[in-house]
Amino acid sequence: MEFIDYYKILEIDKNAGADDIKKAYRKLARKFHPDLNPTDKEAHKKFQQINEANEVLSDPEKRKKYDQYGKDWQHAEHFEKQQQQRPRQEHYRAEDFSGQGDFSSFFESMFGGGQGQRRTKFRGQDFNAELHLQLTDTLTTHQQTLAVNGKNIRITIPAGIENGQVIKLKGYGAPGVNGGPSGDLYITFAISDHPKFKRVGNDLFTTAAIDLYTAVLGGDVVVETLSGKVKMKVNPETQPGTRVRLKGKGVPVYKQEGKSGDLYITYEVTLPTNLTEKQKDLFTELSKLK
Amino acid sequence: MQEEDMVPANEFCIHHNIELSFIHALQDYGMIETVRVEEKIFLPLSQLGRLERIVRLHFELDINLEGIETITHLLERMEVMQENIARLKNRLKAYEE
Repeated sequence: MEFIDYYKILEIDKNAGADDIKKAYRKLARKFHPDLNPTDKEAHKKFQQINEANEVLSDPEKRKKYDQYGKDWQHAEHFEKQQQQRPRQEHYRAEDFSGQGDFSSFFESMFGGGQGQRRTKFRGQDFNAELHLQLTDTLTTHQQTLAVNGKNIRITIPAGIENGQVIKLKGYGAPGVNGGPSGDLYITFAISDHPKFKRVGNDLFTTAAIDLYTAVLGGDVVVETLSGKVKMKVNPETQPGTRVRLKGKGVPVYKQEGKSGDLYITYEVTLPTNLTEKQKDLFTELSKLK
Repeated sequence: MQEEDMVPANEFCIHHNIELSFIHALQDYGMIETVRVEEKIFLPLSQLGRLERIVRLHFELDINLEGIETITHLLERMEVMQENIARLKNRLKAYEE
């Protein structure tokens, strides 16, 4: 457990007055408040730190204790026992902007978790989670169970979800303080790259190899799609790099039932190797016909 | 709109420890819409998330209604931009390989 410099966190001088602390806290709270930085985990962490710093420095008794012990804060327990022998005073401030999130173990060691002094309701902390999916998982709407902070949550993942997309589950964050509402759970989807298919929007792109003879003379080729194999006709004299489209074989459009992107197939023509003498003769003959 | 799709405004105010006049002010300002049913004011469920954010910004950060309106507008624009960035990143990735 490390000593936390609350003055440094609030960017104030050790001699700062109550007004300076309030001003510094408000300035930083406005900068790092979770509502203003919904997807920034660092800002959430920073907001917790400034709340904790404000909780201590805006309370004269806590500040005195913090200032007195500073880096020797481990002796605070002894100090606390001495304090308990004196008559207790109420130090609750009417304007309490703190809340949202746990205190550090440093704070709890020194001040016992700040329990029982707040009366204002505060919304619980938002949680962030990342859910990894395969590209094939985006083809259908399905349900999945997630474990978040020891709680199992069953969520519906709509078909067509994109890599990096965030969905919010209201009320699945940390419980509120003093009966305040629970925070929200933000799930970011991370969709793994597929070895054969590239996704651009709702369209998929892949390559299919065809031999020289099929490319020249035309024929059939079996192409893999994300949902199974499809037999396709190859036109005679198909050039390498020719791109064909399979309508509706891409990824479903997010929350638009029945609509899907397309699959684009680029033909790669493979040239024959290890030619027999007869094949070589025939190719020579062909080359003379140019 | 069915009543089950709405929350009585006074219950919302009790839960969040705020005055009903705050809801009226937001409505007058055009920041939220309320529904009046037989002299009772209701809040559509679809607006609760937005309203709770307004309450937090106002009471936790002391931001006035003009400021909240600006912030809300910018946050919504930021959300759209973030979605666009994620989509463009995915497109770029496909071309980079």
